[in-house]
Amino acid sequence: MPRVGVFICQCGTNIAKTVDTAKVAAEAGKLPFVAHSDTYVYMCSSAGQQKIEDAIREHKLDSIVVSACTPQMHQKTFEGCADRAGLNRYMSTLANIREQCSYVHKDGELATQKALELTAMAVAKAARDEPLFQSEAPINRKALIVGGGVAGIQAALDIAEAGYEVVVVEKSPSIGGRMSQFDKTFPTLDCSACILTPKMVEAYQNPNIRLLTYSEVAEIGGFVGNFNVKIRKRARSVDEVKCTGCGTCWEKCPQKKIPSEYDEQLGPRTAIYVPFPQAVPLVPVIDREHCTKFLKDRCGLCQKVCPADAVDYTQEDEIIEDTFGAVVVATGFDVWDHTDYGEYGAGKIPDVVSGIQFERMLNLSGPTHGKVLRPSDGKEAKTVVFVQCAGSRDDQHGYSYCSKVCCMYTAKHAILLREKCPDAEAYVFYIDIRATGKGYEEFIRDAQRKYGAQYIRGRVSRMFQHGDKVRVFGVDTLGGGQVKIDADLVVLATAIEPRDDAKALSQLLGIGCDNNGFFNEAHPKLAPVDTMSAGIYIAGAAQFARDIPDTVAMASATAAKVVGLFSKEKLLSEPSVATCDLNLCSGCMACHVTCPYDAIEMTEYNDRAARLTRMVASVNENLCHGCGACSGTCRSGAMTLRAFTDNQIEAQIEALCEFVPAK
Amino acid sequence: MRVAYYPGCSLEGTAIEYDASSKAMCEALGIELVEVPDWSCCGASSAHFVNHDLAVALGARNLALAQGTGAEQVTAPCAACYARLKFAEHKLGEEPERLGRMLERGGVDYPGGMKVASLLETVVCDYGLDAVKERMTRSLNGLKVACYYGCLLVRPTGMPGFDDPENPRSLDNLMVALGAEPVEWPYRIECCGGGLALGRADIVRKLVGDLLDEAVAAGAECFVVACPLCQGNLDWRQTEAAAERARQYNLPVYYFTQLVGWCCGAPPHKLGIELLMTPATSLLERQLAGSQV
Repeated sequence: MPRVGVFICQCGTNIAKTVDTAKVAAEAGKLPFVAHSDTYVYMCSSAGQQKIEDAIREHKLDSIVVSACTPQMHQKTFEGCADRAGLNRYMSTLANIREQCSYVHKDGELATQKALELTAMAVAKAARDEPLFQSEAPINRKALIVGGGVAGIQAALDIAEAGYEVVVVEKSPSIGGRMSQFDKTFPTLDCSACILTPKMVEAYQNPNIRLLTYSEVAEIGGFVGNFNVKIRKRARSVDEVKCTGCGTCWEKCPQKKIPSEYDEQLGPRTAIYVPFPQAVPLVPVIDREHCTKFLKDRCGLCQKVCPADAVDYTQEDEIIEDTFGAVVVATGFDVWDHTDYGEYGAGKIPDVVSGIQFERMLNLSGPTHGKVLRPSDGKEAKTVVFVQCAGSRDDQHGYSYCSKVCCMYTAKHAILLREKCPDAEAYVFYIDIRATGKGYEEFIRDAQRKYGAQYIRGRVSRMFQHGDKVRVFGVDTLGGGQVKIDADLVVLATAIEPRDDAKALSQLLGIGCDNNGFFNEAHPKLAPVDTMSAGIYIAGAAQFARDIPDTVAMASATAAKVVGLFSKEKLLSEPSVATCDLNLCSGCMACHVTCPYDAIEMTEYNDRAARLTRMVASVNENLCHGCGACSGTCRSGAMTLRAFTDNQIEAQIEALCEFVPAK
Repeated sequence: MRVAYYPGCSLEGTAIEYDASSKAMCEALGIELVEVPDWSCCGASSAHFVNHDLAVALGARNLALAQGTGAEQVTAPCAACYARLKFAEHKLGEEPERLGRMLERGGVDYPGGMKVASLLETVVCDYGLDAVKERMTRSLNGLKVACYYGCLLVRPTGMPGFDDPENPRSLDNLMVALGAEPVEWPYRIECCGGGLALGRADIVRKLVGDLLDEAVAAGAECFVVACPLCQGNLDWRQTEAAAERARQYNLPVYYFTQLVGWCCGAPPHKLGIELLMTPATSLLERQLAGSQV
């Protein structure tokens, strides 16, 4: 008969203030199979763990039950105790008497009873535990980075620095991402391009890094250590090897009025173009939707003038297949489209722009060459109203969350406006100022005191075209009054939102999204760059609105995770996964349909007893997460989840029924 | 089309021309109006200042009576009546038990489910612009109108309404159907002064003056409204506002029912156009003359 040890944690007073832990320990001692029962103030402390290890040896325990917090918190901790004391590490079970008992109940007596019942169920399971063993898989030591913004670049550089190969897949024609669009960065006001372009070039030159721009992830399969990925490299129509980036083609291109994505539609670009002068690689692409050659089979000027003979109209999309050990997702953010905001002109007032558009206006290489000019008539803007929280903290339009970076970049905009144009007036409407970073509060103070930006606490109710001005109605909740400003330009600090294709990418990768569409981290505090899929990590604003320092820190964190993974000799996989009894399996494949991880496939089975070959289900243990959906679905009882067998679950139910008074 | 008709107090007093033109318009369009029998206060003004529950109860009483007519929707020409009835229906859905007990004590049996519409909504959304066009015997012939929605017609934003609260278009679309040219002007949902009409005429003069200035700047020749209070403030205070700003406006303020009726063959003497303060008949006659050329 197996000997089970029971350890009731008090968790300081977190459990003990509601649950009588001494009583639970005493009562649990009387349960079948229990050879030892004890309680302690902190089981997870080193003293507590020592107690467990000592008890395993002293009482010759076969299996342990720790009644404490959620297994998500300390399953691994107590598995470690079992392991160190010479047991198979999977001969350990956690009963959650904190989150599922003491935290949610007030009545001490009933809570104590419930804690005992949960413990008894765990004992029934533990008595039927079998030793389990991890399996091994090889690791392909090459990382895939999706997104070539500052996060992707930083992660790529860090991983490459550690000596591993990296492939960066970037959707647009150049790496650099959002940061390349910014003029200056807060709170130091250093030039964004000046600090980013060296990193872009470094990534380009690093022999361990391969940049695939104008490319997208088309398919991804496999599992941690062995992701099989298909990358679609879109036809650039320019030979990357031959092209010298001389610029003759885009200077000569007659299509000069296509709205530039890089300049946020405020300026034009040509049909064959590089998005910005410092683009990496400095190789143009042909926008086939606007190119006369592709639309009407005329022109062809770029091919004629190219001195390197690099323009190739016949190029086609190419599928690159490769295998990677880990994936970093750093796809960044979009800004909220303010055409939803009827109060703010529904996007129809030309002199109402978004923060990122204003950023382009401030930039010397931008559409207005660094001058703050009204888009409507090109006159210099003398009165500029900044509206924070446009689409953020707003349940009626946009999102309920705070976009985190807008207070800071609006202060930056106000400062830059006053620097460039000292006689311009800057009004900033705000709800609260959130400036919680190093040097951030001081930066806001500078905007207000040194640069004279006028901060008005209150929201803007409406704005509309009024003559050649934009009339802004707002409220000053500190001064207590209505505010009316006839502005030359209004800058909306539009909310940071997920990329429009984030949902599709999350489905492709098998990582979840939150309600707003940002990628889900594995744990909001303790695993912020991991995802629920092993080997896939997230960095930057794809996870939530982030500023540059946070983004870079996250990117380096993902790199540390990847390098940590790659430094292992082999991958050990969790053994508590599903397994199929081939003799019982009828091949109905109901499990295959149920499996959320695509871990079950059909294979041939040579059934000697029946003297025939038939199709049965087979579990890919590397993909299986051990969720148990298949074993619940299986009609013939062939699917079993190791460590949660039908036998064990029935025993748990029986143990619970012992406490139900007979009628 | 058979609709329960809730006129409300304004339409029996200061806005009798709205009542008359609503009935004449509906007759011309073939919308059968069944007046809610024994209707009482909708719950606006004094009622909801004094007691919110009382305001809901008054609305519910009228909804129950409207339901008794057998019609599926009750329509109210007045924007305030519309808003109060709609709010009562909405609130009863939110707190059915508590408010249900209150109605029970007051002897009101209203299980809910009456569709509340403003008369503008009934015409634009339910009757339909195409049907209006089919009935047209004459057009507004490029008349430059400032469509003025005011506050209550398309609000509050939390309740499901029939038009965009921040950028309403229903009145504009109706005017386009009638052959008018609605001007683009930004003050279409700004305040007219509302209930301050008598108590603080100074504020109303300022707000109405702003509205007039903006409408004139946009090139409007007249206003079109769907609320007796908007009409009243714009029309009655127009000369005062003009005097205060030392300018002349002379902008007629039509109810949309008058213009629809005028275009769709309602007898002109039933539309009460001559009852408006700012002379309003000559402009329409001019349009008619223009269309005959």
